[in-house]
Amino acid sequence: MSARATLATAGRVAAQLRRDRRTLALVFVVPPALLALFKYVFDNQPETFTRIGAPLVGIFPLILMFLITSIAMLRERTTGTLERLMSMPVAKVDLLFGYGLAFAFVAAVQATVTAAVAFGLLGIETTGPVWAVVALAVGNALLGMALGLFLSAFATSEFQAVQFMPAFIIPQLLLAGLFVPRARMPDILERVSDFLPFTYAFEALAKVAADDIDSRLWLDVGVVAGCVVLALVLGALTLRRRTA
Amino acid sequence: MHTPSDPELAVAVHGLDVRRGGRRVLPAIDVVIRRGLVTGLLGPSGSGKTTLMRAIVGVQLIAGGEVEVLGHAAGTPALRRRVAYVTQAPSVYGDLTVRENLHYFARVLDAPLERIEATIARIGLAAHAKQVVRTLSGGERSRASLAVALLGGPELLVLDEPTVGLDPVLRTELWRQFHALAGEGKTVLVSTHVMDEAERCDELILIREGRIVASGAPRTLLEQTQTDTLEAAFLALADGGP
Repeated sequence: MSARATLATAGRVAAQLRRDRRTLALVFVVPPALLALFKYVFDNQPETFTRIGAPLVGIFPLILMFLITSIAMLRERTTGTLERLMSMPVAKVDLLFGYGLAFAFVAAVQATVTAAVAFGLLGIETTGPVWAVVALAVGNALLGMALGLFLSAFATSEFQAVQFMPAFIIPQLLLAGLFVPRARMPDILERVSDFLPFTYAFEALAKVAADDIDSRLWLDVGVVAGCVVLALVLGALTLRRRTA
Repeated sequence: MHTPSDPELAVAVHGLDVRRGGRRVLPAIDVVIRRGLVTGLLGPSGSGKTTLMRAIVGVQLIAGGEVEVLGHAAGTPALRRRVAYVTQAPSVYGDLTVRENLHYFARVLDAPLERIEATIARIGLAAHAKQVVRTLSGGERSRASLAVALLGGPELLVLDEPTVGLDPVLRTELWRQFHALAGEGKTVLVSTHVMDEAERCDELILIREGRIVASGAPRTLLEQTQTDTLEAAFLALADGGP
């Protein structure tokens, strides 16, 4: 493990993103725009929107980082840069932490912009502190990154990688209680949702937004952190020095 | 059972066996590569050149045999600084400039950053240093990839068809560089399927359908087969001739 290689990788990933202006514009414009859309769609059901408005701020980075990481890692694999790096004196954790650092920074900026628009312009309400929503958003971005990194190993083309989003993200969003509270779902679905990381990510956000800070919140945060570590370990296992 | 390595040899391969999808790509082959020379790995596409090179670099899963590189088992961490590998497809970041690519890999390799500009110049990309790699021509891109390999000052360079698509002037220049590197004591292994490039090598390894057909200096191969061209020599040897 070396701080030099980690920082170099973070800098390289950041430089790649910086050069892709359109992606950056999408990263910062789409979440606030979607939130505005959500708000007006739920115009006649303000109570529902109050429940999900603030948590959504922290959910967008998760989805985005999942997509960006899966494509970025797939590119590293298909263009041979990953194989090249694996033949160099660089530890796998240097690559993972490098990516994590760069994406966490982007997620922090994204969540801040989104939060500013949501709580400032759109008048979305949070009883809890805004900084806690942003902090959870960054944590969720790392969860998205770790999941994307792991799952990208199972995609052999970008067509497949983008379809992991409807395959793995949308079911979790549905089951997390975002659209229908978990307590009102059929038992079996509620039971399934107990095993999905998004459930805990959403619950933590919902608790913070409702200023309902209790020990259950720390359990939610702990589960998300555990999932990040687990996905990173599994992702590291997919970075092979030797391949067929 | 492991014989002490010959210090003259950069690479010693014993009984290397590689299978892919149930097929034996390399059926227990033996190869040696001497230090300080430019060795050409010559064979048609699909003959196993890339697989052999990957095994030497240590990125290939192998079914059996031993590959010893600079006195160590191929792929061991100690070799990651001493061996550089350039794949056929340029392995550089298309969305970064030439200089940004080299800067990143120099930091990963912990190579002196002063070496970046010298390497760019050496490989003839000074005019393109600030250009995003994706916008370069194919030949320029593969030179950028080669530049990355030179950064760490490796003792063994493994180059998979580095001259494909280059104009004759550049091709000659690159071969001059390979010999210059060998002159500095480095070992250069270059694969090619172009016969006229074979003449530029100090030593040749002829490979066909995963089997080593012959190896030796180009002149020796011509004498052995009593032919005038390496192409004729290759044909004679591939047919199991003299």
